[in-house]
Amino acid sequence: MSPVFLAQVVDLLSALVLLLGFGLLAQRRIYALLHLFAWQGLFLAANTAIVAYGAGVRHLYFSALLTLVMKVALIPYILHVLIQRMKIERDVETMVNVPLTLLIGIALVVLSYNVMSPIQEFSTLMTRSTLAIALATVMLGLLMMITRRHAVAQVIGFLAMENGLFFAATSATYGMPMVVELGVALDILIAALIFGVFFFQIRTTFESLDLSKMARLKEDVGE
Amino acid sequence: MNDPLPYILTIAQAALLLLLAPFMVGWVRLVKARLQNRRGAGPLQPYRDIRKLFAKEAVVAENASWIFRFTPYLVFGVTVLAGAIVPILAVDLPLAPVADVIALVAIFALARFFVALAGLDIGTAFGGMGSSREMTIASLAEPAMLMAIFAASLITQSTSLSTMVAEIHKGVLLKPSFAFALLAFVLIALAENGRIPVDNPATHLELTMIHEAMILEYSGRHLAMIEWAGMMKLMLFSLLGIALFAPWGIAGTPGAGSVALAFGVMAAKLLLVATGLPVLEMGLAKLRLFRVSEFLGVAFLLATLAILSHFILER
Amino acid sequence: MIFAPELLASPTPIFLATLAVSLWLAGTLLVPVLARRPVWLIRSAFSLATLGSALAAVGGAWAVAAAGNEAIVLPIGIPELPFHLRLDPLAGFFLVVIGAMGFFTSIYSLGYVRGIAERRPVGGLVLFFLLFLAGMGLVVLADDAFLFLVAWEGMTVSSYFLVVFEHEQTANQKAGFLYLLMAHVGAITILLAFGVMAAFATGLTSFEGYAFDAMRRADIAPGWATAAFLLALFGFGLKAGIVPLHVWLPEAHPVAPSNVSALMSGVMIKMAIYGIIRVTFDLLAAIPWWWGALVLALGLVSALMGVLYALMQHDLKRLLAYHSVENIGIILIGIGLGMTFHAFDLPELAALGLIAGLYHTLNHALFKGLLFLGAGAVQHATHTREMEALGGLIHRMPWTAALFLVGCISISALPPFNGFVSEWLTYQAFLLSPSLPSTLLNILVPIGAAGLALTSALAAACFVKAFGITFLGQPRSRHAQNVSEVGITMRIGMAGLALACLLLGILPATLIDWLDVIPRQFVGAGIAESASSHGWLWLTPIAPERASYSGTIVFLGIGAIIGLTWFALHGRRHRAPRRGPAWDCGFEKMTPRMQYTATSFSMPIRVFFGALFKIRERSSPMHVHRHAAFPERVSYSLHVDDRFWGWIYKPVSDAAFWIARLTTRIQGGRIQVYLIYSFLTILVLLIFGR
Repeated sequence: MSPVFLAQVVDLLSALVLLLGFGLLAQRRIYALLHLFAWQGLFLAANTAIVAYGAGVRHLYFSALLTLVMKVALIPYILHVLIQRMKIERDVETMVNVPLTLLIGIALVVLSYNVMSPIQEFSTLMTRSTLAIALATVMLGLLMMITRRHAVAQVIGFLAMENGLFFAATSATYGMPMVVELGVALDILIAALIFGVFFFQIRTTFESLDLSKMARLKEDVGE
Repeated sequence: MNDPLPYILTIAQAALLLLLAPFMVGWVRLVKARLQNRRGAGPLQPYRDIRKLFAKEAVVAENASWIFRFTPYLVFGVTVLAGAIVPILAVDLPLAPVADVIALVAIFALARFFVALAGLDIGTAFGGMGSSREMTIASLAEPAMLMAIFAASLITQSTSLSTMVAEIHKGVLLKPSFAFALLAFVLIALAENGRIPVDNPATHLELTMIHEAMILEYSGRHLAMIEWAGMMKLMLFSLLGIALFAPWGIAGTPGAGSVALAFGVMAAKLLLVATGLPVLEMGLAKLRLFRVSEFLGVAFLLATLAILSHFILER
Repeated sequence: MIFAPELLASPTPIFLATLAVSLWLAGTLLVPVLARRPVWLIRSAFSLATLGSALAAVGGAWAVAAAGNEAIVLPIGIPELPFHLRLDPLAGFFLVVIGAMGFFTSIYSLGYVRGIAERRPVGGLVLFFLLFLAGMGLVVLADDAFLFLVAWEGMTVSSYFLVVFEHEQTANQKAGFLYLLMAHVGAITILLAFGVMAAFATGLTSFEGYAFDAMRRADIAPGWATAAFLLALFGFGLKAGIVPLHVWLPEAHPVAPSNVSALMSGVMIKMAIYGIIRVTFDLLAAIPWWWGALVLALGLVSALMGVLYALMQHDLKRLLAYHSVENIGIILIGIGLGMTFHAFDLPELAALGLIAGLYHTLNHALFKGLLFLGAGAVQHATHTREMEALGGLIHRMPWTAALFLVGCISISALPPFNGFVSEWLTYQAFLLSPSLPSTLLNILVPIGAAGLALTSALAAACFVKAFGITFLGQPRSRHAQNVSEVGITMRIGMAGLALACLLLGILPATLIDWLDVIPRQFVGAGIAESASSHGWLWLTPIAPERASYSGTIVFLGIGAIIGLTWFALHGRRHRAPRRGPAWDCGFEKMTPRMQYTATSFSMPIRVFFGALFKIRERSSPMHVHRHAAFPERVSYSLHVDDRFWGWIYKPVSDAAFWIARLTTRIQGGRIQVYLIYSFLTILVLLIFGR
């Protein structure tokens, strides 16, 4: 396969990752969110594997496999089980209306591109053009955490941010050292578990996973 | 100028559109019926409907003005003219430079403008409801439509359909911007043609109607022209999508052999679209009117992403 | 000097232009002479105005066609600075706008003002109408800042008197005051902008720097140039009605008599466009790219906000006034693109942007003039501007309806009429953004094009509403019931404008050939060679492979197919359609109250864009049996207001009141205290002013 074709595939996959980032912003249903997140992981893993093949970097294969296992299978499965166990409401209302959120998202992509374009000039890697997309994915994850009030949606936003960071590492320097990557993977796995514990706690305290209810805590302090 | 073939082809294109559009709609209805476990009428049913309507007496409401009676002719004329402009069989036909894609969108907008006025002409509540909804949805769909077109024209550096087709022929497969633009185009085409999830062409509930509500008062030949134009519009949008995103097979230089091939390929692609459309619709439910903005927002987003990824990834 | 006999034998463009201004000014003398005979006054004064306008249009068109650049210096003026006049192609183009609109509006006024004369004296209206025309003519002819400002103020003040013509109504007084106040703030900043440029031209010691020629030669430091640009943009923006400086416009334009509204919306706000082009492209000349981007952004915001606010209106003329804000935005988009391309030294593209802006300037003058005249005809016949009280007028006023419809199609940017051509050119300019060397602009500019697309689609929705509610359906009140068509002169005035709208829509290449000299003068390139490379029938702004359009063929093609269809259907077996009661899905007791109203028509858009408006909605149903399902009566009120009042103007006016209240402290009420103030002032002046 020619490098040009590979680069095209990488571009297409990264564009899909970005699209799924927007999908996460727009989706209202909790299971669909989970599925979108899993798809994002899948495209990320495929992207990493192709970069590994194209650039001949062996350890990226391992990163791709790790992504596949963690973000496509394990974490979505854990969250799925959690949601089922707790019988949470399926619809997650957003704080800001969807079209507006999407417009803000577009602005963030433009911003990321503008921030990253000087760096892209210096890079010679086949993945240089995806750097802006990686940053945008991080931003979109953060935006999702801001606009959602449901705890599970927040966690998915957090994980999407992590996806973006991983993506950025791949596109900027063909991935982080193996040790770091393993450490991060372990971290987010543990994070997912801790989130699970928190979900139970929040739910037993507030009888809901709507985080806007946490505002009540403040009144208690005031009294 | 001396070669008559391009001129014959131009007329042939418009004639093809007139003749094939009812079949395409009939096919869509048939596939949909089968998917819903109904037998459904044959694909030729729309022809019978049109013939019946033309034969019937036209009844016009007492206080209808000339706008009401003029609109069907205008809508019909605009649609047939568009058929002569869009490259269906071959590119660079004599009428192709009359309107580029932007002008084509605007010509359709002219037809919609008059249909919406006709909806208000009699002064019924349903007509006004239809006009109001149609213009609202159109005003959200049109920017998304133009954005999808802009994405394609930034890639091909042209808004002239013939040039765009030629450029895309050279190979732009696998470009993310292209994929996004296509997705956006599909969503908008659904909205523009009043298909599910934006409008339901088969509905009988007045309160959920959009397009049908505007033309409730039409009958006889007037209704026939509007219905026929609607069928042609569906086919034209399919053809426009094919021309913009999958033009392979269209005749570059007019010649009997290449045109015959182009006709075969075009028919196959149209049949594919006409089969895919009902399958897609079956998987969707009609949206509440106030959720349509989100649907079109997504289309707009996709078109914008197409432009963004063109600049970010492809330069 | 102007009336030299040899000039009459071989006139030049500027001679025709000054003659036109003189005729307008001379017309004012008729007012005291014929004060007792209003009918004669109207006939003679508006005939004179028509003649003057025709001369102005011919002179302007000639100046553009001949690429003339004549200047004359009048023997009057202030010491060191006699009045300079110059007629270059840009001035000529705007003179055509003034002349063409003045021509048709004056013909229309022959009938329209007679209707007013039945109710009240019209001497003031005639006087200020003529002064208004003369003021605008001098604004574009002025070649020094002093004459420019004198003419500018003349235009403002005369239009103020026209706005408050029916001064017994409080709304008119308020609108007039707001207009006068804001216009003067604008005039001050324009004066300051000229001051900055004059200071660099000859220093502050002499008046000679106020001549435009001196400013052209001046070498202005970039920082000061920016200051001058921003001051001028603010001042002209106020007059043009750029969001957020637009609030006076929808108050003042509707309350003026309709022939004046047509001139204000069609022509006067274009004078601000003229000012912006003159100051940026001509006087300052060196344009940084961000000026263009700023103008472009302001244009986009104005266009979008203008049309969204217009959609919320149910007063026909107010709706049109908000559309002026929108169209000024569209014009600025073209000019902003032109400035941006010019800054990056892309002359052909800059020419395209500039031509798109200028083309839309002319188009907007024509169709907005037509629409305001149409609204005037409606008001003339029904005595109301309230759309909720109208309906069904197409049956009683077929001419007005058809001509108004032409205006609606044109302003909605639908082919084959003129509005579409200029917006299409603007889109083409947008799509050339990849040529810009800045990556950020590459991305943002096409997204801006989506803003324009949204604007024109919303405009179409708004004009379906404006035309549909006013002219179609059934009469909503007795206002709309016993009306009759307006007189022949009013119809001729509107028909001329409608014809112009069609011609500019189907002959764009010819018009661009004519206009091309203006970008050649300012950016050093034109687009006529490529735009009309395939003859007058085809418009190909950059290259035929890139984009092409033929309004003529669209027009004739649609017409031919309609004709063929009609003949095919009306052959041997033709039966005329039967008239019957409306079907309405079998509902029989249809009443006019069941129709959609202007408010209900725009309800979905109000919901979608709700955050942009300040909406106060109250609905209080009175229930039968206290059951929610059985309301007996519902009283409903809705107020949709401009958010910018609360955001910008309210704080400013509050601050002004606060300061005013502070100053009341020095108001003692005793005459001795005031004398002490004067005494102290004199002492201070004597000490420091030595």
